Amino acid sequence: MEHIPILRLGRFLLVTIQVDMHDQLAMVLQEELTDRIVRDRARGVLIDISALDIVDSFIGRMLSNIAGMARILDAETVVVGMQPSVAITLVELGLSLPGIRTALDVDRGMALLKSAIGEDQEGDLGRHG
Amino acid sequence: MGATVELPLRAQEDVVVVRQVVRTHAVKIGLSLVDQTKFVTAASELGRNTVIHGGGGTARLEVIQNGMRQGIRVTFEDEGPGIADVERAMQDGYTTGGGLGLGLGGAKRLTSEFSIETAPGRGTRIAITQWRNK
Repeated sequence: MEHIPILRLGRFLLVTIQVDMHDQLAMVLQEELTDRIVRDRARGVLIDISALDIVDSFIGRMLSNIAGMARILDAETVVVGMQPSVAITLVELGLSLPGIRTALDVDRGMALLKSAIGEDQEGDLGRHG
Repeated sequence: MGATVELPLRAQEDVVVVRQVVRTHAVKIGLSLVDQTKFVTAASELGRNTVIHGGGGTARLEVIQNGMRQGIRVTFEDEGPGIADVERAMQDGYTTGGGLGLGLGGAKRLTSEFSIETAPGRGTRIAITQWRNK
């Protein structure tokens, strides 16, 4: 079965969507990601969509679903790297991605996740100490 | 410039192929990146409709010419149940397939031209066209 790799980075999960996903693959990702949030006790999910050259209503709904499910499982979701042409298209399509936090790139996304769960750089170090 | 490609739309994977072929042709005729993205997104919505609501069908892609203007047209055709109330189906939020109901209205907003022919029991044919600006 096809997979989209889910990487763990500390208390966060990292997903980079590199392929043009068909709908079933998007559903598999949704299931595996919620599974991993629980198994890894993740507090945040960062989804990098910089390689996606379109986001249609199905993929948009999947991103909203992931964010909603993650929230119920006590994890924040940030979507990063959306191409400008994708953003323009999404708005004209009528999709505003409700409930999804976005950031321009992975660095800003990670910073947003850390602040969202109340864990800044120092807090992170403190916890390891 | 009469390039015509006919692609099957039987399964979800076929929608991915349609997106890729439409993108290739949109690039070839020189659509702007935003127009390419809008058109491929519209094709994705309509291709999915053909698979899910139409019970499968085809997408026919043509590169067209109107005087000096070049454009790309994709016609989605199925022999499914058709749409009884087109006006309602075009409204955002109307859905019978468990989706967001943005497909038809969204596809219309994303393209230069949109036409639909459908009747209950007689299938659906939807054509979208994007002309190159300038």
